[in-house]
Amino acid sequence: MSIVARRDLVLSIAGLGLALLGCSKNETSSTSSGAASGGAAASATPVAAQVTNTVNLVGSGASFPAPLYGRWFKEYAQANKAIAVDYQSVGSGQGIKSFVEGRTDFGASDAAMSDDEIKQANDNVLLLPMTAGSVVLSYNLDGISDLKLSREAYAGIFLGEIKNWNDAKIAKANPGVKLPDQAISVVHRADGSGTSFIFTQHLAAINEKWKSGPGVGKSVEWPAGVGEKGNEGIAANIKKNPGAVGYVEYAYAVLSKMPMASLENKSGKFIAPTLDSAAASLAAVELPANMRAWVTDPEGDASYPIASYTWILAHKKYDDAAKAKAVKETLKWCLTEGQKLSASLQYVPLPSAVATKVLAAVDSIN
Amino acid sequence: MQAVEDRTGAGSAARRNSLKASASAFSPPSPFQRGFDVAFRGLSLALAGSVIALLLGIVYQVMAHAAPAIRDLGTHFLVETKWNPNKQVFGVLPEIVGTLYTSCLALLGGGLLGVTTALVTSQGFLSRRWELVLKNVIELLAAIPSVVYGLWGIFVLIPILRPVAKVLHEQFAFIPLFETPFAGPAILPAALVLAVMILPTITAISREALAAVPKRLPAAAYGLGATRWEVIFRVVIPTASGGLFGALVLGLGRALGETMALAMLVGNANVYGWSLLSPGSTIAALLANHFPEAGPVEIRALMYAALVLLMMTLIVNLLGAAIMARATRGLKGLV
Repeated sequence: MSIVARRDLVLSIAGLGLALLGCSKNETSSTSSGAASGGAAASATPVAAQVTNTVNLVGSGASFPAPLYGRWFKEYAQANKAIAVDYQSVGSGQGIKSFVEGRTDFGASDAAMSDDEIKQANDNVLLLPMTAGSVVLSYNLDGISDLKLSREAYAGIFLGEIKNWNDAKIAKANPGVKLPDQAISVVHRADGSGTSFIFTQHLAAINEKWKSGPGVGKSVEWPAGVGEKGNEGIAANIKKNPGAVGYVEYAYAVLSKMPMASLENKSGKFIAPTLDSAAASLAAVELPANMRAWVTDPEGDASYPIASYTWILAHKKYDDAAKAKAVKETLKWCLTEGQKLSASLQYVPLPSAVATKVLAAVDSIN
Repeated sequence: MQAVEDRTGAGSAARRNSLKASASAFSPPSPFQRGFDVAFRGLSLALAGSVIALLLGIVYQVMAHAAPAIRDLGTHFLVETKWNPNKQVFGVLPEIVGTLYTSCLALLGGGLLGVTTALVTSQGFLSRRWELVLKNVIELLAAIPSVVYGLWGIFVLIPILRPVAKVLHEQFAFIPLFETPFAGPAILPAALVLAVMILPTITAISREALAAVPKRLPAAAYGLGATRWEVIFRVVIPTASGGLFGALVLGLGRALGETMALAMLVGNANVYGWSLLSPGSTIAALLANHFPEAGPVEIRALMYAALVLLMMTLIVNLLGAAIMARATRGLKGLV
């Protein structure tokens, strides 16, 4: 190693030390999480040069709301230069894990947190519904654009009991539609996913056989069909395989222009998936004190049957006062200004009663 | 061979001498030179050792993480057909079968194609120029990322296979190979893409093996009046069999561990059987799909599955090395 190179190294180490010193002295930047300190190291020179008082928040979790969160945090950073939020879409399970282990400042999950997981986090957890979405059934049937599926039909299809599109149980709900004599090819998620959790939770709520068979989970033992990775895998499969049917998130289906089936709800009405019908489902469920509300099978004539909240996980109490304040302010913004952006990205804005309740919870963070 | 060794031995001795002569004349190496020598040798040894340490480290880590699952699930893991994290039931029989089935099919296709391509490009069937073109095109296949193969499978291969598979299923459903309807992603497209993916490995190594056959052997056979086919099948291929076999084993090793393209094409369904048209699963695809969202118990089971895959590739490679050693034993002194 030449002397010049060595001197550079020494300089950069010194710079790094200076930067870290600056951070800890002013308590400006989070150093508790690996990612944040990595970020501080990468931007060592600017931090050392001009001591800003930016608070870096790091969060990770669910991929389903990731586009919306990304937009929120970007807009918020522009409006409020003192707080920078970094959100990584790593999946609900990983998000919970990182949050519980203290590697992130907040987590995000489509399946909230189980009681066990909350216990692991020493009960220092707030579950905050931030937005909601629905799960839709998309299909590939030539010339059929408004398929209706009864509860009996779609549960039967995913149980592998209904094998052909011309089955009487499907035909009954679609008078006047000529259903082809074609094998049904069921597509489900191969990877663990919050979307699967929401979907299987609904199937278990409406079908006894599903409840006692595959059950509810981020990945279950599917009785039929092929598995694909991610929404994009399912979308590609459905697009290329005539006779395919699978479930994807509403926002993804809208953006990739996939056909969506109308599903029979609890009151026996066939409801097309829209933001309004999903909002109606949310309104049908009372939010409990811990804010872990499952919309497994909503009441109401206009409710679309498969919808769910998605949660941000925050601590009730942060060790770092600056961080607590930053989390509080960011989440408050997301629950007020941020909600106005939801619909444009095909996410369901929180009903105002729910938003008020969540805001009150955010206020209790200290 | 003997002559060649002598020549290189003499050559390096000459080079050493000339080096010595050009360095400061005939003085013993300085302490710096000696230190440099020792340091360099130590560094080389340490780096070479670190490769072995790395492998052992990986095996140890996987085993350590898998240990609780091995204790809880035991060998039942290998014959259980369900993978259900909710009920804590884990088994990899469908994945083991799927891994071996797709890999062996791929080896059949890729091996046949690869070895014949190697023959065509090394035995003077084509002009030197076309040999080079063909060889380079096939080697380019190795540069295509796995995920691109997966996409190609989804968007090109499966639509091509669909009508064929439909006829096969409708007319020949009594043959177990075609007993299920074709759902798109399945064993057949997965194995075909895998065959293309292992083709460059097999072709390149087979070609080297065929080219390494001393020219005097076919020349002697021609001299005795053998035809070209007799020379290729009775002289060249038997002489190169060790290398050809090595190519197949390496190809199989690669097929066993291939992940992304398979995860995209095999259908990831926890079923197994003879049908080429039915979806299946492989261990590598199982790992890729389940790791990100797995809870602690499932992670242990996945580590166990990874260990099973590791053992499978290890056994294949050891078996390959053993058979290769046997096959080449009779050829000592020839090559």
